[in-house]
Amino acid sequence: MAKSVGTVVIEVDACKGCELCIPVCPPGVLSMSPSVNAIGFRYPILRDGCTGCELCAEICPDYCFEVFRAAPSRASAEVTA
Amino acid sequence: MSSTGSTTEAPRRAFLEGGHALAEAAIQAGCRFYCGYPMTPSTEVLEYMARRMPEVGGVCINVESEIEGINMVWGATGAGVRSMIASTTNGMSLMQESLSEMVLGQVPAVVVNMGRGQGDYNQCTRGGGHGSQRLIVLAPANAQEAVETAYRAFHLAEKWRHPVLIYGDFLLSHTSEAVTFAPPDDATGPLPAKDWVTDGATGRSPRLLTSLGMRVVEAPEDGLAIGPGQTRTDVTAPMHMAVARHREIAAQEIRFETAWLEDAELVVTAFGVLGRFARYAAQLAREEGMRIGFVRPYTLVPFPYDVYRRVGERGIPIAVFENNAGQMIQDVQLGVLGRAPVHFIGEISMDRSGFGVGPKIDALHILARLREVWAARSAA
Amino acid sequence: MATTGEASGPAAEMRKVFTRSPLLGSDTHSLCPGCGEPNAIRVLMETIEEMGERGNTVCVLGIGCYTAFGALMQIDCQQAMHGRAPAQATGVKRVLPDRLVFTLQGDGDMVTEGLQEIVHAAARGERFTAICLNNAAFGETGGHMTATTVLGQRTKSTLGGRDAGRHGHPIKLPEMLAGLDGVAYVARGTVHTPVGVKKTKKLFRAALETQRLGLGFSLVEVVTMCPTGWFVSAAEGPRFQEEKLLPVFPVGELKRPRDLRV
Repeated sequence: MAKSVGTVVIEVDACKGCELCIPVCPPGVLSMSPSVNAIGFRYPILRDGCTGCELCAEICPDYCFEVFRAAPSRASAEVTA
Repeated sequence: MSSTGSTTEAPRRAFLEGGHALAEAAIQAGCRFYCGYPMTPSTEVLEYMARRMPEVGGVCINVESEIEGINMVWGATGAGVRSMIASTTNGMSLMQESLSEMVLGQVPAVVVNMGRGQGDYNQCTRGGGHGSQRLIVLAPANAQEAVETAYRAFHLAEKWRHPVLIYGDFLLSHTSEAVTFAPPDDATGPLPAKDWVTDGATGRSPRLLTSLGMRVVEAPEDGLAIGPGQTRTDVTAPMHMAVARHREIAAQEIRFETAWLEDAELVVTAFGVLGRFARYAAQLAREEGMRIGFVRPYTLVPFPYDVYRRVGERGIPIAVFENNAGQMIQDVQLGVLGRAPVHFIGEISMDRSGFGVGPKIDALHILARLREVWAARSAA
Repeated sequence: MATTGEASGPAAEMRKVFTRSPLLGSDTHSLCPGCGEPNAIRVLMETIEEMGERGNTVCVLGIGCYTAFGALMQIDCQQAMHGRAPAQATGVKRVLPDRLVFTLQGDGDMVTEGLQEIVHAAARGERFTAICLNNAAFGETGGHMTATTVLGQRTKSTLGGRDAGRHGHPIKLPEMLAGLDGVAYVARGTVHTPVGVKKTKKLFRAALETQRLGLGFSLVEVVTMCPTGWFVSAAEGPRFQEEKLLPVFPVGELKRPRDLRV
């Protein structure tokens, strides 16, 4: 199992299921849920391996993501390409 | 920019065209943003403002269209600065969308229509706009009253948080008269705090100046709100508020001039500068022994329906003189409600340019028409 | 309900590196799944917050889907008539010259209905920032042609796709305005990729700094996804934008004042 140096908190009930976050996730650790949220949409769920790169938060039109990253110094996992 | 600026050179008494006098009074009432598109006979207001506004630290813009102009006034008013635009007839037609929404959005701007003839009565009092829109409409009869109207217009606008329209014409704009600059007593009282101004949310909650009923906070009884405690949009809320406000305005702000109603057996009525002509014609008629009374509505909205109702209840016929094909007469008829005859003695009478004064704008012409109505009344 | 990768929530040594800007309030918005407008508005609010202009800003909102953000944005806002926001912003900025004033409009609002207002405001060199969210369609009405709908694009009023002979050509407003003397800064951004969103934020900063320095009129057009108005799924929005719109509306700065440092 990949060690997670970051994580996200997802405001699930604000999600409208657009899926824009899924393809932009560099480690590919987001996938859509099989179940639906309170307003009837599938929503992203996170597996281990998040780098805290923030790209999901950058693309999410519904402001669902809060992003956390491990504090100690390390090579940036941020993808800028 | 100071919202008051320097008025050290402001005249206290002057001999000015009505348009210039109205502009100066607006400045002395604190107007610091003006814009206009040149069009006869409102051009003189723009010309005066172009010279005077820089002297008092205000802004005057020669705009690219009346549509731009009214929306600039919306913005400047919303930013907390007393603002005005003057235009004419067609230019007013262009502004109707914004005027409609400024009622709903409670934007207390002052708008002047120096019209051509009096053919904009319906436009001014009903408008070509949409929604539940009635402006407050004031129709001064001379330059001094135009001066007082400018002060009063800004006062009423902020008192009711409602746009005010001043309706004049070629005669008002271009006739030079001696005027004294001082606010009328009714335009000097305290005004509500301007807690709607959007000038940057420093030290307070952010504000939204809107005509769309956004940020309406209500319990989500009807299921329209997304969740408890959230705001939602109710586009009908501003309409209901405008209607309620208008009812209050109608209860408090009606103004009119009357003469000789006690012994009248015929009443002549006219608005604006033509009210002066009609009153003089009535006076001449009385010298000939015709007992003619006189009514001039000063507030076209709210209209003094009760005055006409009382005349009608006495069975006294009313002769309506307007420089148009018959527009105010419909309001007179609404007041009278069939209780007495209402005669139209006006007509479209301008010079061939369509701007100026035609041959029927004459007290002796009105007198001749009054003789006819008086004779018909006696015959009946 | 919130969920994280770890059942217990973020571990103690994790620090929060991204959260919703306080200028966006806490309410949800009503825009469609996959809409690009909220992304543009988010980085705009972040920019204003970072510039320290939160209490010194007045937004003039046009009429479109984004108008709903008047209920979210925690800054002073005025809502304008469709197309007229540049005139209204002129009124605000002229009487409050030290405030940061911007319009938020769509392509239907700014380019279709309000072309006169935006062109004259630009020509006068009004010192506010105009922001156009260009999705090449009337999204709020359900997908109709605007002045920026690209050739071949299918809408409910160009059923076989926009045809130059029958419907005219799309207007490239930034290119059009960049030639005017009163215009100091013009740029076009995109929000269909995370990198595009980040770059758009820099364009907003440059435009607002241009205004703060009093250098003249500034415009940022942001190409935004409208899957509803394009009749594609939300997930297909970015690809549609990349393939159909961006060749017509290339991103980048078109005009930049020499004195601008950001």
